[in-house]
Amino acid sequence: MQTQASRHAQGWLLLMPAAILLIAFTHYPTVATVIDSLFSKATAIRPSRFIGVLNYERMLDDPIFWKVLANNAWFALGTIPTSIALAIIMALFVNRALPGRALVRVAYFTPTILPMIAVANIWLFFYTPDIGLIDQIASGFGLPGHNWLGDPATVLPAIMVMTIWKEAGFFMIFYLAAMQNIPPELGEASQLEGASRWYYFRRVMFPLLMPTTLFVLINAVLNSFKLVDHLFVLTKGGPNNASNLLLYYIFETAFSYFETHFAAALTVVLLVLLGTMALAQFFLLDKRVHYR
Amino acid sequence: MKMTRSISQAFQTWLETGAAWLLALLWISPLVYAIWAAFHPGEYAVNFDLFAPLTLDNFREALSQAPFPRYALNTFMLVTMILAAQLILCTLAAYAFARFEFRGHKIAFALVLVQLMITPEILIVENYVTLAKFGLVDTILGIGLPYMASAFGIFLLRQAFKSTPKELEEAARLEGCGTMGVLWKVYVPLARPTYLAYGLVSISHHWNNFLWPLIVTNSVKTRPLTVGLGIFGAPESGVNWSIISAATLLSVAPLLVAFLLFQRQFVQSFMYAGIK
Repeated sequence: MQTQASRHAQGWLLLMPAAILLIAFTHYPTVATVIDSLFSKATAIRPSRFIGVLNYERMLDDPIFWKVLANNAWFALGTIPTSIALAIIMALFVNRALPGRALVRVAYFTPTILPMIAVANIWLFFYTPDIGLIDQIASGFGLPGHNWLGDPATVLPAIMVMTIWKEAGFFMIFYLAAMQNIPPELGEASQLEGASRWYYFRRVMFPLLMPTTLFVLINAVLNSFKLVDHLFVLTKGGPNNASNLLLYYIFETAFSYFETHFAAALTVVLLVLLGTMALAQFFLLDKRVHYR
Repeated sequence: MKMTRSISQAFQTWLETGAAWLLALLWISPLVYAIWAAFHPGEYAVNFDLFAPLTLDNFREALSQAPFPRYALNTFMLVTMILAAQLILCTLAAYAFARFEFRGHKIAFALVLVQLMITPEILIVENYVTLAKFGLVDTILGIGLPYMASAFGIFLLRQAFKSTPKELEEAARLEGCGTMGVLWKVYVPLARPTYLAYGLVSISHHWNNFLWPLIVTNSVKTRPLTVGLGIFGAPESGVNWSIISAATLLSVAPLLVAFLLFQRQFVQSFMYAGIK
């Protein structure tokens, strides 16, 4: 038998290649971001120096920072509950005998497989004022055209609708998997008892789907912070930051204004938000193991 | 009584089928519309005519305005390189976590899982600086490098390896297999479903990834399809809608066709990878 020491060495050797890359592109940059956020921007006359929390003070005084944070919250609130509700409905539809079930399922799932950039390209035209599809349909009903993406009041809802279209089908498959794990006897028993299908869904199925809902919810929130691709095509965060989101603002700050230290402070906020999510997932989702 | 109940049930079933199909039509219509626009002359993009002439001009025009075949080649190289590296690195690391109780393995595993939350595109600024230091800006290797050690892959494969019966390893050892022999002959073959699921999820993710490739690339020889399409579709470039539709279809076609052909595997892979 091998010695204990050689097992330790083998374990570490096997892990080494992955560990080096993980440290280089996840752990090191996380620490470096925190350190960078405490330094000032280097200029031609003055090198970068330690300034403590000045970047954070500037951030708290920055109206755009609060704007993008609020947008992120509205975006999450506007897309996630609707996506989840639609996902459950879709899963209920395709979880039973249905003519052409495979086709229906493909139709629901296909937006998920498209890149966000392509989705934004398609929807950009729908939202184009006057000649776009939505205004074309509206004019058929005698309604005036509207600049959906150019109006601060409608730009975020417009992007939300597109995001729901892209994500609902993705969440559907997790509900579908969960529904297939529900013993059919439960449905048969409630039918014998004369319970309505709505009652069965509300009192039996929905509680059993709770772990899935929690899983989907947390992943959806994470996604809402991480996915900003569509802004590059649709609005560039405009008009007047009405559709700007935190990660896009970080990108702008670092790569358009070259304020890398301020961008680092913004990134720290994003890291804290994601870390909180991670802890929530860890503690809440851990419970579902006990149900099994 | 019984009669009316079965009639109302039949009606309800019929209603639900109708609703399911209606939602499906609604859901697929944006894509169908893009396909319709791409295959018809520009003037029909805004007014419907079932008998509008079919044309491939939009595709020709899109191809003449941007080197989509080159972008596709870049995406293909990127996705292949990332997947190959992920399979090797994650297999080795997962094997370590599943079967070697080395000192510090718990802390090491927790540190690996950090990447599930803090994905490389969150740390765009620092990772760009790192790439610049190694001279990897505007290279395909530079786009792929941060993703090669994937916490998700390590996690999935560790689960698969852990569920492999230890007796199989012992039998292989008796037949003279060493540490790597056991991995290659016992663990890897038995984890095939996990490899398939992870592979499909990884391919779709990196085929569609945009932000990080956008930052790293600045030339035709490295730009993947998504970035090429992002630049192409920019409103200021002033190209018309039918051509944008054609370009969009060109960019998504390979993955979309693969999905439609193997949709069962795709859906099951996403399901499998999400539940673990």
